[in-house]
Amino acid sequence: MTTTTEQLSATTLLRFATAGSVDDGKSTLVGRLLHDSKSVLEDQLEAVERVSADRGQDAPDLALLTDGLRAEREQGITIDVAYRYFATARRRFILADTPGHVQYTRNMVTGASTADLAVVLVDARNGVIEQTRRHAAVAALLRVPHVVLAVNKMDLVGYQEPVFAKIAEEFNAYASELGVPEITAIPISALAGDNVVEPSANMDWYGGPTVLEHLETVPVSHDLTACPARFPVQYVIRPQTAEHPDYRGYAGQIASGVLRVGEAVTVLPSGRTSVIEGIDALGESVDIAWSPQSVTLRLKDDIDISRGDLIAPSATAPATTQDVVATVCHVADQPLAVGARVLIKHTTRTVKAIVKEIPSRLTLDDLSQHPDPGQLVANDIGRVVVRTAEPLALDAYADSRRTGSFLLIDPADGTTLAAGMAGESFASRAEVVAADEDGWDF
Amino acid sequence: MTTAAHPHTESGSDAPYALSHLDALESEAVHIFREVAGEFEKPVILFSGGKDSIVMLHLALKAFAPAPVPFALLHVDTGHNFPEVLAYRDRAVEKHGLRLHVASVQEYIDAGKLRERPDGVRNPLQTVPLTEAIQQLRFDAVFGGGRRDEEKARAKERVFSLRDEFSQWDPRRQRPELWQLYNGRHAPGEHVRVFPLSNWTELDVWQYIAREDIELPEIYFAHERDVFQRNGMWLTAGEWGGPKESEPVQKRLVRYRTVGDMSCTGAVDSDAADLDAVIAEIAVSRLTERGATRADDKLSEAAMEDRKREGYF
Repeated sequence: MTTTTEQLSATTLLRFATAGSVDDGKSTLVGRLLHDSKSVLEDQLEAVERVSADRGQDAPDLALLTDGLRAEREQGITIDVAYRYFATARRRFILADTPGHVQYTRNMVTGASTADLAVVLVDARNGVIEQTRRHAAVAALLRVPHVVLAVNKMDLVGYQEPVFAKIAEEFNAYASELGVPEITAIPISALAGDNVVEPSANMDWYGGPTVLEHLETVPVSHDLTACPARFPVQYVIRPQTAEHPDYRGYAGQIASGVLRVGEAVTVLPSGRTSVIEGIDALGESVDIAWSPQSVTLRLKDDIDISRGDLIAPSATAPATTQDVVATVCHVADQPLAVGARVLIKHTTRTVKAIVKEIPSRLTLDDLSQHPDPGQLVANDIGRVVVRTAEPLALDAYADSRRTGSFLLIDPADGTTLAAGMAGESFASRAEVVAADEDGWDF
Repeated sequence: MTTAAHPHTESGSDAPYALSHLDALESEAVHIFREVAGEFEKPVILFSGGKDSIVMLHLALKAFAPAPVPFALLHVDTGHNFPEVLAYRDRAVEKHGLRLHVASVQEYIDAGKLRERPDGVRNPLQTVPLTEAIQQLRFDAVFGGGRRDEEKARAKERVFSLRDEFSQWDPRRQRPELWQLYNGRHAPGEHVRVFPLSNWTELDVWQYIAREDIELPEIYFAHERDVFQRNGMWLTAGEWGGPKESEPVQKRLVRYRTVGDMSCTGAVDSDAADLDAVIAEIAVSRLTERGATRADDKLSEAAMEDRKREGYF
């Protein structure tokens, strides 16, 4: 296995999220990944051992490594997303460890929003259950590029291939229908260590990668040359010093695609055009830059550009709109109702808006859409139509997670109300069905 | 002359446009600095003279170049600082033309507004001068160098962390943080703590310092020092109150992994005299930096969470 010294050579960063029901063994899997990559250090382990012993537990409770808050330790549950860091010789990892309980759908949405990959755990004895479908649906909704189905507790089903094959087949069918682009199913035992870091001697019928091997080798960037470039302006840099009397640069992080010096660009929403004269990549001048680099653009023409504007190649500039049709996950305790006056934060732009319609609410269990719910409450996922006070240069979330996403914010107290994704919900669309009394709750 | 590719993009990575992990972390941190500059009226950088705040300052300099950093620095001076660190702080302020505010724990003690703890540890005493300085100087965003890998309560911290008018952190009432859309809305009197290094590990910080050739205070590198042992840590002998008679002083070859109050920041035995040696040492260390060198985190199982709730960073 790797040593920590070798981790010095790790080059790329993979952000991933884990999802699983309470007893699926998520903590054990996370604990094993951290432990076997030597990311649990002695003083942390000693602290866990000490507290476990104080409580009279026989073995160290590895959940204590991840449950950092008093309330979590008292209740023995995870109440919030935690971020974990580990590394191997090949790669650095940021793990969004999200609680699996149903009422924390918003936490999985939070973890999945920045993830390149989601690990969905199932218990081999139970197979695909409602919670598994919910996790797959959230991963599909958030357009997480890679999904791993980790079929855990294979030791408890005699390491039998047919058990795994049946679960993998059922999950594949379901997730493919949702449009999940890539699914990798791996039979594991997190407790015994089968196929987590080391290949399992108990499942020689399995020829695929271990969980860690897959995490190390899955591609992290999309083919960005295929995505249109998007550059939300964060801040205008004007030194006005003796050394730089005329410097005027537009600072931002490239949200998608590639930008080149000499490229004709359009500034939205004004529609003014210019040409990229220079790209300053944090201190050095470059000809080309790509997402997610933070750079500063200089344009040929002195035009009015400020924070909130979007610079895009003229050939592939997005349309602007004041009518946003989107799917939102409601993340606040106070409900969101039709007629609510909100703020919409899209890239670097925040504008006033009003919720015109809530056409449907999604039931994650069976993906049915229930019409006209009137309002959305915490953890609800629904379709909304929002009218904005100013035009937004909004892409479909399917095309860009960065420029297709937004927040709805309560203007009164600043609470983040909802996470929004513009355009179609799933890659393949679920039918709208009539309201069904049994289907309302999830 | 311009170059065709970003020089830090390493060969052998997955895709032609992949960024190295340090470039990805740097880009994310710069984005956070610029968001704050764009959305807040009066931000400030908490600067302790430790490696994390030094990296923060370096990132801020890059984020706004060729313009100056549009933020002042705020140093909470415990009165028991390492002289090398104070000298470094003053040099950095001078070199980059920054403004420095100092909140002094000693002044609060002298004025009778704070009482020295029996154990002489001053780290917990920083909270009051810090929060009062934020209120009095009306800062609405306060950058801290905290990293989520440092401590398990910090693992739950957001990049943008809303604090009430008492600077309190309530872990159960945090805003979900989605995509890279940071919500910095706050009411008058409230402020937001911002942690641009949230996703960095100790090793990332050191590798970045090496890559960017960032100068650090000398105490981070092995040197001979008069130390004595207390609670399993090597503390520096000095006017702050150590050692007691039962704590013999010895000269050892040591360095510091963190920089804080002298009363509770321990040195580690080390012969790592340069950056390469330090990185090699950390890579094989079996202890976290806080576990190795911070006494205040050992006060209780939830010491950090409790201090954060009160307004600590």
